[in-house]
Formats: sequence, C-alpha cells, structure tokens
Amino acid sequence: MADTSPPDALSRFERTIAAEEKIEPRDWMPDKYRLNLVRQISQHAHSEVVGQLPEGNWIARAPSLRRKAILLAKVQDEAGHGLYLYSAAETLGVSREEMLDDLLSGKAKYASIFNYPTLSWADVGAIGWLVDGAAIVNQISLCRTSYGPYARAMVRICKEESFHQRQGFEIMQTLAAGSAEQKAMAQDALNRWWWPSLMMFGPHDAESAHTQQSMQWKIKRQSNDELRQKFVDQTAVQAAHIGLVIPDPLLKWNESRGHYDFGPIDWDEFNRVLAGHGPCNRARLAARRKAHEDGEWVRDAMLAHADKQRARATGAAA
Amino acid sequence: MSSKHLPLWEVFIRSRRGLDHKHIGSLHAADAAQAMQSARDTYTRRQEGVSIWVVRSSDIHASQFEDDSAFFDPAADKVYRHPTFYDVPEELKL
Repeated sequence: MADTSPPDALSRFERTIAAEEKIEPRDWMPDKYRLNLVRQISQHAHSEVVGQLPEGNWIARAPSLRRKAILLAKVQDEAGHGLYLYSAAETLGVSREEMLDDLLSGKAKYASIFNYPTLSWADVGAIGWLVDGAAIVNQISLCRTSYGPYARAMVRICKEESFHQRQGFEIMQTLAAGSAEQKAMAQDALNRWWWPSLMMFGPHDAESAHTQQSMQWKIKRQSNDELRQKFVDQTAVQAAHIGLVIPDPLLKWNESRGHYDFGPIDWDEFNRVLAGHGPCNRARLAARRKAHEDGEWVRDAMLAHADKQRARATGAAA
Repeated sequence: MSSKHLPLWEVFIRSRRGLDHKHIGSLHAADAAQAMQSARDTYTRRQEGVSIWVVRSSDIHASQFEDDSAFFDPAADKVYRHPTFYDVPEELKL
C-alpha cells in the first residue's frame, strides 16, 4: 500500500489524534498506523479464539450444572469477542480469510498464556480471575484507543468481560474456603498461572518493540509496565482476601511508591513459549486447524443453501 | 407524468468521531449520490453529524415482531451472564 495522501492529510491525522478524537475507517491514515493496528487487533482476535481451548477442555467435566452453564456462556463470549475484533480489523482493509490463514499457518501470534495446559478444575478459576483480570486491565485502557472501531469493540468487550473475572474469582474463593485438598488445588493453580499472567502485559517498556510508536499514535494508552503494576496491585489484595499466597517472595507493599513491589519475570520462559516451545503450542494450533477443517462442510452447506434459496426465488419470479 | 417511484433510503448519522452511526430517518432518492445530498440537507442542517451512511431500505432485513419472544428467548434464563450474579466484595475491585 502506498501513501497516496492529499497534501494536508498527515497534519490533519495528527491534529485529530492530538485532539483526542477518533480515527474512523474512511479517514486517511499513515500505512504504519494501519499496519500496526491490523497486527494488534488481529493478534487480539486470535487470542480470544485460541483462548477458548484451555477452558473448553473443562466444559464436559465441570463439577456442577451451574458451573457448566457458566463456563459454556463464558467460552461462547470469547468466540463473540473474537468476532468483534476480526470485524474491527476488517475495517482496515484486511480480510477475515487472510487473518485466519496467518493464525493457522503459525505466522500470526496470539497471547502466549494459552499455550499452558489446564490441569485441574481450579485452572478454570485461575484463568477467569488472573488471565481475564489481566485482559480487563489492558482492555479498559484500550477503550480510549485512537481507532474508533477498535475502541467501540473494546467498550462492548469490557462490559461482557466483567462476569468472566468474577466467575473465576468465585471458583477460587469457593475452593480456597473448602477442604485442605481443594485449597491446595487452588493454590497450585495460582502458582502456575501467576507468572504467565504477568507476562501477558508484554516486555518491559524499554524492550518493547512497538510501545513507543503505539503510544505516540494513541493506539496504546498506557505502557506495559504501568498496566502490569495496576494488575499486581489489585490482584495482591484479592489473593489475600481469599487466603491464597502469590508465588513471589519479593511481593511486598511499598509505602513510598504506593504500589506493590514484585520479583523479576523470567523472560527466557516468555521468549521460549512465544517462539513456539511452550507446553501446548502445537496442540493449540492443531486443534484450531482441525476445528477449521471440520467446519468446512458447514460453510459449504451454508453457501449451497443460500444458492438454492436464491435459485428458488428467481424460479418463482420467472 | 412519470409513474416511477423514487426508492426509499435509510439514513444513519455519526454525530461525532468515536461514536457509532445511528439511524435517524429515511428519505426518497433515485440513487446513492442523491440520497447522500438529501440526507445532508434533511438531517444535518444544524451540524448534527460528521459522517452519513445511506442504505437502500430494501437492503435491510429486520427480525419479525411476531417472532420476538421465541427469537430472543435463549437469552432470557441466563442471569449468570451478568456480573451482578456473582457475590464479591466491593472493595476488591473485581
């Protein structure tokens, strides 16, 4: 794509951003702004879709009908969130098929955290509480992103997401107040999901490849480290409330900063999982590919049915 | 006198950047360009909008009123989709 810009297009674009107004699909925008958004929004969409897999693993084994109905509704929401986001990306001129191809070929990234396995029922609680909790912190910030369709999708998603975190917290709260074995199960889930949740916010600001440009264009409104800190602060209080211990000996309230201090993140692990060597990377992509291939007959049938309806309608009219 | 009718168009206005287009009304016009000009003159005389969509009314498919209760029924008994279903302490900011 070449920038075929009217003479004052760039300054108009910059003025719009500076005035805290939104950029809308038909507006002129720099190619890099467009590409940056396509990358971020499609990655976000892929994460919603792949994020269904670890939790889907427990739908048939939920401990009660109530929990099962809730988990089913939550996973259904994730599919919906994927759709909102793919649609927002499509307003930038990229097709759904291209995005899906990039996901299925392994070219596109999705949130690394979904490459960890869900070993016990408590993991469903930990995902809702921590993973959705981290996602909400990020997404609330993105409600103020400069691209209109993305911002509007975020508002809708945030409204729906709140129940996801609460149902997860409720599972953890119930387990933590249960038998010794149940509490141990909840603690084990927290131990395994805590650090990957902190990694969800991405590299430290100094090392983040896209942060500076994204902040300048107001695609991102707060930096990775700011958002991570916010998540740690709120989650530390929540964990203490239900009597679970965050697996970080350096986690400590810092009076002078007004924030919790926390220990160093293992970025080697982050990079390993990102590079495809997490416990479930291959299984996740294989499951997505199989789902896509298994769904082909449904897509074909939808088209065939519509063709038939059309043929009947024209036949009746003739 | 021509016996042809001008087709009906639905008009959607974005009142300012960042907001969705909202349906505001309809008008008759022979093509999209005319509909656009008419929409501007009819619905944005007081700067009500920064962007207009016009869509042929015949291109809009609507759910049927008679089917409403059955159509929307699946959502009626799923209170657990709402955050207020869960009892969590206010101060935890969940």
